[in-house]
Amino acid sequence: MSPAQIEIQIIASIVAVTCSLLGVFLVLRRMAMMSDAISHTVLLGIVIAFFITKSLNSPLLLFGAALMGVITVSLVELLNRTQLVREDAAIGLVFPAIFSIAVILISRFAGDVHLDTDAVLLGELAFAPFNRVKLFGLDFGPEALYTSGGILVLNLIFVIVFYKELKLATFDPALAAALGFMPTAIHYALMTLVSLTAVGSFDAVGSVLVVAFMIAPPAAAYLLTDRLSRMLIYSALIGIFSAISGYWLAYLLDASIAGSMATMTGASFLISYLFAPERGLLAQARRRQNQRIEFALTMLTMHIANHTAAQEAEIENEVVHLNEHLKWTPQFAMEIVGVAERTGLVQQREGLLTLTENGLKRASQEFSN
Amino acid sequence: MAVNAIDVTDLTIAYKDKPVLWDVDMEVPSGTLMAIVGPNGAGKTTMIKSILGLIKPAAGQVLVYGKPYAEQRHLVGYVPQRGSVDWDFPTSVLDVVMMGRYGALGWLKRLGASERAAALDALDKVGMKSFAQRQISQLSGGQQQRVFLARALVQDAQLYFMDEPFQGVDATTERAIVTLLQELRSAGKTVVVVHHDLQTVPEYFDWVTMLNVRRIACGPVGDVFTDQNLRKAYGGKVAFLSAENGKH
Amino acid sequence: MDISQLFYDLFFDYTLRTVALGSAILGIVSGALGSFAVLRKQSLLGDAISHAALPGIVIAFLLTRSREPVILMLGALIAGWLATLFMLKVIRTTRIKDDSALGLVLSVFFGMGLMLLTFTQKLPDATQAGLDKFLFGQAATLLQRDVVTMAVIGALAIALLMTFWKEFKLITFDAEYAASLGYPVRGLDVLLTTLLVIAIVIGLQTVGVVLMSAMIVAPAAAARQWTDKLKFMVILGGLFGAIAGVSGTLISGSAEKLPTGPVIVLCMSVIVLFSMLFAANRGLIWNWFRNLKNRRHLRAQAVLSDLNTLAMQHPNEARGHSSAVLRAMSTNPDGVSLALSQLKEQGYAQELAKDAWALTQAGLDEAGKTSEKEA
Repeated sequence: MSPAQIEIQIIASIVAVTCSLLGVFLVLRRMAMMSDAISHTVLLGIVIAFFITKSLNSPLLLFGAALMGVITVSLVELLNRTQLVREDAAIGLVFPAIFSIAVILISRFAGDVHLDTDAVLLGELAFAPFNRVKLFGLDFGPEALYTSGGILVLNLIFVIVFYKELKLATFDPALAAALGFMPTAIHYALMTLVSLTAVGSFDAVGSVLVVAFMIAPPAAAYLLTDRLSRMLIYSALIGIFSAISGYWLAYLLDASIAGSMATMTGASFLISYLFAPERGLLAQARRRQNQRIEFALTMLTMHIANHTAAQEAEIENEVVHLNEHLKWTPQFAMEIVGVAERTGLVQQREGLLTLTENGLKRASQEFSN
Repeated sequence: MAVNAIDVTDLTIAYKDKPVLWDVDMEVPSGTLMAIVGPNGAGKTTMIKSILGLIKPAAGQVLVYGKPYAEQRHLVGYVPQRGSVDWDFPTSVLDVVMMGRYGALGWLKRLGASERAAALDALDKVGMKSFAQRQISQLSGGQQQRVFLARALVQDAQLYFMDEPFQGVDATTERAIVTLLQELRSAGKTVVVVHHDLQTVPEYFDWVTMLNVRRIACGPVGDVFTDQNLRKAYGGKVAFLSAENGKH
Repeated sequence: MDISQLFYDLFFDYTLRTVALGSAILGIVSGALGSFAVLRKQSLLGDAISHAALPGIVIAFLLTRSREPVILMLGALIAGWLATLFMLKVIRTTRIKDDSALGLVLSVFFGMGLMLLTFTQKLPDATQAGLDKFLFGQAATLLQRDVVTMAVIGALAIALLMTFWKEFKLITFDAEYAASLGYPVRGLDVLLTTLLVIAIVIGLQTVGVVLMSAMIVAPAAAARQWTDKLKFMVILGGLFGAIAGVSGTLISGSAEKLPTGPVIVLCMSVIVLFSMLFAANRGLIWNWFRNLKNRRHLRAQAVLSDLNTLAMQHPNEARGHSSAVLRAMSTNPDGVSLALSQLKEQGYAQELAKDAWALTQAGLDEAGKTSEKEA
C-alpha cells in the first residue's frame, strides 16, 4: 500500500465515523431524508460563499453551508406549518429547488473552477492526498484529514456532552421539553452539525456518500442492538468497514471510490438485514419455525379446553377433525398431536383427545395473559 | 333453525408471532344489533377485519350467512374507523358515498345517475344531504362519521360492520347513529359494532360479544353482559362500572 | 434571444420542437401520476426510485452495449422496481422506518450506479459516452425517436390510469374499504406504483435522476392548491408539469451552460410558490384576507353587542355613548373606531352627535338576533 492509499482510507474512515455518529440520531428520530435534503442544499451555501470570497478554502464556506442547512430545515418546517402540503412533500419541494439554483449557478459562473457538479455528487477522494498542509517546508499530511478530523472531534464532543439530552429528546421529546432540555434547540444543533458534516465531508467523498454513510451504517446497527451507546459504536465500525472495503472495491474495478463505498454500506446493511442475530431475516424465519410448533401446541390445548364442556366435544376433539377446524394439514395435525402426547399435554383414547393436568395448565396460562 | 348471519369457529389470528385472537367462536343470529366489547388490544377490530377477509387467520373459519365471505361480499357493508383515512383527500361528500356502489358496479364501469341517486338518498338518511357537494376536509368529526355510514348504507347490505362509530362524535350524531341502527334492525338487517362505551351497551344493543384475546362471552345482552363476565374481560379495571351498570 | 423568434423555433426548429415535445410529455405524465404519489404519502418514493434507476440504466447498457432508449428505460424500470420492493420488504420485516429505508435505497443504489458508471466510462468502448447525461438531464440530446418512445409509453401509462381511475381513487383514499369490497388492493397498488416508476423513467433523460423526484412532487403540490377534486388535480398537475417542462427547456436552450433538469425544476418551483400564495380558497394570501375579514367581522360584532348592552343599561335614553366608553369595554380598544365606522356603513350604528354613538333599529334587531343565536 502506498502512503496515498493509506491516507485515503484513513480520511474515508474518519468521514464514515463522523457521518454515522449523527446518522444514528437521524435514523432514530425518523429524519433520515433530511440528511438527503441537507446534503444537497448545502451546495448553495458553498456556492454563495465561494462567490463572496472567491476562494474554495475559506472557512466562510463552512459557515455558508451550515447556514443553508438550517435554512433548509426551517423552510421545510415553514412549509409544513402552512398545512398546504405534508411533511414528506415539503422536503421534496424544498431541496430540489435549492439544489437546482446551486447547480445552475455553478454551471453558469463557476464552470472553470474546481467546483463542478460531478465533484459535488461524487467527490474526488483520489485527489485528497494531493492537497497537503505544508508549514515551514514540512509536510503535515493531507488537508482533508484535518477538515474531516476537526468535524469528527466536533461531532464527538456534541454527542458525548449532550448524550443524555440527545437520548431523551430522541425517545421522548415531550418529556425532554417538560424537563427543560429544549428539544428544539437540540434539533437545530443536530441539523447544524449535519450540515457542517455534509459540507466538510463532501469535498472528499461527495454528497451521495454522505447520505449513504449517515443512513446505512446506523440502519444496520439498529438491527443489531437495542442500546443507543452500542448502536453508536456498531455504526461507526460498520462505517469504517464499508469505507475500507469500498476503497478496495473501487481499486479492483477502477471505479468511483465514493460510489463503491456507498455500495459497500449497502452490502453491510444487507448482511445485517439477513444475519442479525435476533432481527435478521434468517433469525426471524427460524423463530417462526419454532414458534409454529409452540403456537400449535397451545392452540391444540386451548381448542380442547374450550370444547371439553360442550356436547360437541365428541366431534371437535376427534383427531380427524382437527385439520378441519384448525386449518391444519393432516400431517401437521398428526405431528402436533404426536408432540403434545410425548410432552404430556394430551391423552388420546379411541381417537378422542383429552387434556392432561399439564395441558390444562398450558391452556389456562395463555388465557390469563 | 334460521341460518346465522355470522358463524366464527376456532378463529386464531397472529400478528407476526404474537397471537391477537385465540381460538374464538362467535355466532351472531340474523337481525341482531351486536356490540363487540373488550379492553384495548383485545382484538375487537381484528375480529371484524378478519371476518371481512382483510386479515388472514392462522386457523379457524368464518361463515357469513352460511358461506365463505368471498361469496357473500355483496351482502356486507363496512364502516371503518373514521381516523383510518386522510380527510384532506381532494374529493366531495357525494363522491365518498358513491364509493359504496363500487363493489356492485364492478371493474371499469363508470358511475351513473342511479349511483348518484342512491348516494343522495343515503345522505338524506343520515341528515347530510345538504352537504353532498362539500369538500370532505370541511366536515366535523360527527359529520365524517355520518358520511362513512352513508357510504355503507348505499351498499344496501344485509350485514353491517362498524368500527367504533361513536368514537369522538357529538351528541347529535350519536343519537342519529342509534336511530339508524334501530331502523336497520327493524328492516331485518344485522349490525356488528365495535364499541367502547360499556354503559350504553344495554341501551343500544341486544346482543354482545366480549373479547379479551379469547372469547369471554357471546349472547343476548341480558344473559351475558354480567359483572362476572365484565370482570373476566377487563380484569380488575372494571370495578367502577358495576355500580353504573345497575342504572340500566 | 427574442421571444417571437423562440416561438417560431418552437414550431419550426426540429431540435427545439423535439425537445419541447419531450419535456411536455414528461411533465404531463409525471404531473398526473405524481398526484397519486403525493396523495398516497409517497412524495419521497419518487426520489428513491429515480436515484435507483441509475444502476439499472448502466447495467442495461453493460449487458446489451446499446444506447437504445427503450432498453435503457427498461433497465431503469427494473431497477426502480427492485428498489421499491426491497424498501417495502425492509419496512415490513424490520423496525426500520420508511424515511431510513428510502434514504438507504436512494444512496446505496445511486452509489452503485455511480460506481458502475465510472467503471463503464473506463471501458475501451466508445459507445458508452453520454450515459452521464442521466445525472442532470440533457434535453438537447433528445431525438425524435426518444420522444416517440416517451410518448408511446406515457400514453400507455395515462390510458391505464384512466381505465382504473375509479379503483385507483378508491385504494388511494381508503385501501381497507376497497379490500372489503373485494378489490385486489395489493395488485392495484403494484400497478399504480409501476405507473409511477414509468413516469419517472420517462423523465430521466431530460431532467436527470437527481432532480426527477421534484417533477413528481411539485406539479401535484401546486395543483392541489387550486382544486378539491381529484380529477382536476390530476389534470392540473399534468398541465403544470408540461408548462414547467416546456418553459424550462426553452430557457435552458436559450443560453449556454444552463442544464435542463435544474431549470425545469426551478420553473416548477415558481409555479408551486405562486400556487401556494395565490390559489383561491387554500392560498396563503387568500387565507390572510379571509382571516382579516373574519377578525373585522368579529370586532364589529363585539362593539355591536357592547352598544346593545349600553342601550339596555340605559333604557329610554336617546343619548349616544362615547367611543372612550366602548374602548373601555372592548378587549381590543384600538379597533373600536374602525369597528364603529364599519357598523355605520352597514347601517347598524349612528353617530347622534360628535362622538356619541348609538345603535339604529336595524342594529338593535341584529344584536337581538345574535344574542338569540348564542343562547
